[in-house]
Formats: sequence, structure tokens, C-alpha cells
Amino acid sequence: MTRNHFMTAAVAFAAVQLASPAAAQTEISWWHAMTGANSEVVEKIASDFNASQSDYKVMPVFKGTYPETLNAGIAAFRAGQSPDILQVFDVGTGVMMSAEGAVKPVADVLTGAGMTFDKSQYLPGIVAYYSKPDGTMLSFPYNSSSPILYYNKDIFEKAGLDVNAPPKTWNELWDAAKKIKETGAAPCGYTSTWLTWIHLENYAAWNDVPYATNENGLSDGNAELQINAPIYVNHFQAITDLAKDGTFKYGGRTSEAKQIFLAGECGIMTESSGGLGDIVKSGMNYGIGQLPYDSDGNGPQNTIPGGASLWVMGGKSDEIYKGVAAFFTYLSQTDVQEYLHQTSGYLPVTLAAYEATKASGFYDKNPGRETPITQMMGKEPTANSKGVRLINLPQIRDIENEEFEKMLAGEQTAQQALDNAVERGNAAIKQAMGN
Amino acid sequence: MNRATFPHKYLPWLLIAPQLAISLVFFYWPALQALRQSLLREDAFGLKTQFVGLTNFARVLSDPAYVNSIKVTTLFSALTAGLSMGIALLLAVQAEKLVRGKGLYRVLMIWPYAVAPAIAGMLWLFMFNPSFGTLALPLRWMGVQWDPLLKGNQAMALVVAAASWKQISYNFLFFVAGLQAIPRSLIEAAAIDGAGPARRFWTIVFPLLAPTTFFLLVVNTVYALFDTFGIIHAVTGGGPGKSTETLVYKVYNDGFVNLILGDSAAQSVVLMVIVIALTAVQFRYVERRVHYG
Repeated sequence: MTRNHFMTAAVAFAAVQLASPAAAQTEISWWHAMTGANSEVVEKIASDFNASQSDYKVMPVFKGTYPETLNAGIAAFRAGQSPDILQVFDVGTGVMMSAEGAVKPVADVLTGAGMTFDKSQYLPGIVAYYSKPDGTMLSFPYNSSSPILYYNKDIFEKAGLDVNAPPKTWNELWDAAKKIKETGAAPCGYTSTWLTWIHLENYAAWNDVPYATNENGLSDGNAELQINAPIYVNHFQAITDLAKDGTFKYGGRTSEAKQIFLAGECGIMTESSGGLGDIVKSGMNYGIGQLPYDSDGNGPQNTIPGGASLWVMGGKSDEIYKGVAAFFTYLSQTDVQEYLHQTSGYLPVTLAAYEATKASGFYDKNPGRETPITQMMGKEPTANSKGVRLINLPQIRDIENEEFEKMLAGEQTAQQALDNAVERGNAAIKQAMGN
Repeated sequence: MNRATFPHKYLPWLLIAPQLAISLVFFYWPALQALRQSLLREDAFGLKTQFVGLTNFARVLSDPAYVNSIKVTTLFSALTAGLSMGIALLLAVQAEKLVRGKGLYRVLMIWPYAVAPAIAGMLWLFMFNPSFGTLALPLRWMGVQWDPLLKGNQAMALVVAAASWKQISYNFLFFVAGLQAIPRSLIEAAAIDGAGPARRFWTIVFPLLAPTTFFLLVVNTVYALFDTFGIIHAVTGGGPGKSTETLVYKVYNDGFVNLILGDSAAQSVVLMVIVIALTAVQFRYVERRVHYG
């Protein structure tokens, strides 16, 4: 390089340095797991926030699936390079809560930055799920969903069922499923995604029956599973019986069953409200109903949220925490929440956003979109319906799924499957708690 | 044999330095980390660490799920290696008989090897998806209750098929090369002596292919044990129940999904020992009986 060229380069470099406004900004990293349309929402929210002020710059980074994002966050923490904000899915909540020192409660972040944190502004069911027993909010609920019932109106009509009256209880649903199968309206009556989340965790909350001792692990992690109580056994035996002749069809452990429903193979499906987008896109003549409740239970009570929340990692500078607090405050704004709710199908976090969406007539134009909210807000959560908090919930779900698969394959009864799940699950909890 | 000499003492070290560095960083360092982790009890974030000696090993080895995983792995490896080598040999022998289009046939046979494991898994998953799979439909017509989501044997068949299919190309390539190395004169002499095609194959071709077969046996076993994670992850995720959870898959599942680091590390150490033992046995005993022409 000649001297002349070197001078030019040096001048150009200096000019870039002077021109760059980033030097004064505090950068805040946000690792997330959102794909497709939902990742566009993340990008838009971040860039809108960055444009709204000049002190902080939120930088979202996609890190893969939910478990991959959690693992990336954990690995980065161990290497001393954790992000500032980490999106963690609902079942990872127990893992994050047990990591005291690795994370900073959202309530502390907000009050530390001189902002007031008013719990009453947020949807109670969601805040309860992401809070400590004493009410301190630990993570910021970013995307929350709730299980609801979807049904194919064309199949209902063919089977001679009332297209405007989806089944309200599980018994009604079993009957409807049988009728769909018997009349040949569809090869299968009913399918469900996420058996563990919908038929155990939400089933417990919705019917107000305990999932585990110690308020489902919320008050003390040394909990024991109670999912082999008669009400669960009867429920799963009914599913197993329906599976024998294909009236119930198993799709897989997570959301695979949605494909079966979209293909028109089954008439009814229980799935997350977050799955609505795909069903709308398919052009199916669908209807939405509440998650059915068990007539032997104490419900309907309230459902518990799925989805993910934003955790603030510990050990950062005050400047970073101020920026995070400013970002969360921005996220809580009514128009931002309205956009998030109406675009992604996830629930709004604040009551104001819910009211505003309601007032705008959105729910009249999109019937069924309010169902997951009313389900979650209907009643003040009880000891059984605040959620399930176990340090190794992903592992417990694995165990439950394994036993369900053997049960649905006809290798064991519902009683045996649930007894095994309780025995293996309790051993796993004990080991994880270090007893 | 002449001993190669270098003018400088340090040159050989310099030349192997890149390879050494890679081995140290990507093999020895992680292996040592796994050994260390296997003796510890630690939470996912590494906030609380406790030395527990061999407790993790004791728990892993007495776990019925682990014993099940050993059985699954043995079955899976034997079926995959046997099936892919058997079919590849058959195809290679048949390809040798072709007069025209030999080259095209060989090229087409080698294609599947270029497919990534996860893609191969997805391909088979779609073909045999109980709801919309193109090949699941004929199975149902034939009266097969096809449901790999719930039936363990069918899930196993599916992952074995996908894993074997991908490896057939590789084996085919080596068998074709092995067949070409067999002198034509030997086979012709046997034919003149009146030996039929089957007899010629079993008494001349097969024994002379032994070095190739042995080599492939080692490669295929290692493939089935370690390189099939992507296929299992994409097709069954270890299910239904635990019927396709191989040892490698269990290491992943316990470590990265369930975040039980100590148990996962202990399992990978056991796996390390198994691999060392397997390789030693194969080279020490099996190799002796192999006839290297």
C-alpha cells in the first residue's frame, strides 16, 4: 500500500467513526426462537423501538428452536458471554427459576431503572405463571398461547352434528368423535397436539385438580406427581379406547397432529391458539370452541399459558438494565401489544391491549380469537391452576409421552401408563432436586 | 524399508502440527471435558458443582432405560450394517454382469450418498408418513396396520431402512472396486472346471472380497453407531416409547433436552470405552482371519 492510499484509508476510517451514531448507544442483545411470520414481528418490534429513542439499540438474534435457544443461552452463560435478553419457552421456566444469580427478575430490572411495576395492568393468569410464589414477576411474558378446540364445520355437517355447537365437555367430544367415525364423515373423529400440555397440565388447571403436590411445584420444587388420580385415568382410558378403532388418532408428541387435522382426516382437534395462523391459511371451514372440561372435575376453571417469556440475564451493567427496562416498557405499550396480538395470534400481555382490541371490533371480525383469553382470564387462578413448575419439566413430559405411546399402542392400560409416569417422574424429580 | 529422514529435527513436528492442533482441540479437549463432567454433579448453568466420583456411572449403568438403549443400539447397528452391506454386495455383483450402461448404473447408485442424514430421514418420513405418505398407502392396501408413530417395530424398520439406504451407495462403491481387483483368470478357470455362478461367487469372489468386507464392516458399524443421529432425530426422535433411542441419541436427549449433564457425560465416556474396545477387537481378532490377497 502506498503512503497516499494509507492516508485515504485512515481519513475514511476516521470519517466513519465520527459519522457513526452507534458509539453513544448501548446495545442490548436479544436471543429468540421465533420463525416465519413471528420472526418478522420480532424484527419489527426491535427496529420500531430503536427508532423511537436514541439511547439503546435492541439487537435480536435467532438461535434456533426453543430448546436450542435455551441451550445456547446456557452455554453462553457458562462461557461468560450470555445475551442480555433470552427467550425461554414455558417448560424451561423451572430451569431458569432455579438458576438464581444467572438471571435477574424482571420486577427488579424495572424498579431498579426507576420505573414502577404495576402488576394489575397485566393479565393475571399469565403473570401468575411467570412469577415467584410471593408475586415477584421473574420474566416478561412475550408470546403466550392457550389450548383451544378447533373443528371442521364441513365434517360436522356431514356427520349430522350441529356446526354451531362444538362439544363443551370431554364426554360430548367423545360422542361427537364417535359419530364422525360411524357416519364416515371423516376417517377419524378427534386428534390432539401436545398431549402432555393439553391433557395433563392444562387439564389439571381447567378442571381444578392437582397435577402435583406443593401447588404443582410452585410453592416447593420437591413435588410429587398426582396424575394417576382416577379422574386422569378415566380420561386417558377413554382416549385409549377411542384409539383402538381409530376414532382418536395420535399425531406425535408436539404439534404434528395439526397436519392430520389440516388434511381433513380428523373432524376435531385440540391445539394451541398459536396454531390458528396455519388453519386460517389452509382455507378450511373451521370453527373454534373452548377447551372441553371434564364433567367429573371442578371446572371450567382457567387454562395456563404456553409459549415463551423473556428472561433478563444477571451480571450486566446498570446501563444495560436501564435499556432492558425501557424496552419492556415499550413492549407493554398498548399499540405494540395490539400489533403483537393481532398479527401473531399470541395473547396480549396487558389488560389495556385486550380492551383496545375488543373495542376495535377485532373479535367481532375474527370470532374465536377471544376464546383463549377468556379461558385464561375467566377466574382467579387456584392452587391447581397457576401452572406447573418443575425443575425438569421437559424430562417429565418426555416420560409421560413415552408411557402414552405405549398405552396408545395397546401395550398397557391408562392406569398402568399413568402409574409408571408417576413413578418414573417422581424419581426424576428427586434426582434433579438433588435428594 | 528405508527410513525416511528429514534434514531438520523440527520439520516433521511442524508438518504434523495442523493435524495435531485439530486433534487436540476437537478430540482430546472435549474428551477430557467429558471425563471431568462425568465425575461431577452440576446444574445446567454451572452455578453449583459437586464432585460425586463414580455415582453418575453407577446410576447410568443401573438404569433400565440405559440397558434398553444398549439393546436398541445393538439391533439397529446389526440390521443397518447387515442390510446395507448385503444389498450393496448384491447390487455390485449384478452391476458387474452388465454389458451396457454400466457407468450410468454406477453413477445413479452413488447418488444417495450425497444426501445429508437429516434430509434422508425427512425423505423416508414423508414417504412413510401414515397420513399422507406415498408408500404408506400401498402398505395399508396390503393390510398392514402401518403406524410407526405408535408401533416400535415399525419405527425401527423405518430408521433402519433410511440409514441403510443412505449407506448402500458407499458400500456399493467399495464392492465394485473390490470386484474389479479380482483376476478374471481365476473366475474363468473355475468356470472351465464346471463351477456354476453361485459356487464361483462363494468359493472365489466372496473370500477374495474379505479385505473389502472387513473394512466396510468397521466403517458401517461406526456409521450405524455414530452417524445416524440425524436420521433418528428427524424420523422418530427416539420414540415411540424408547424403541429407537440409541446410545448416541440418549446422550443427546439427557444432556441437551433434559439438561442432566453428569449422566450425559458418563454415557459418552461409556460410549468412548465401547468404541475403543470395539475397534481393538475388530482389528485384533477379525483381521487375523481376513485373507489379504
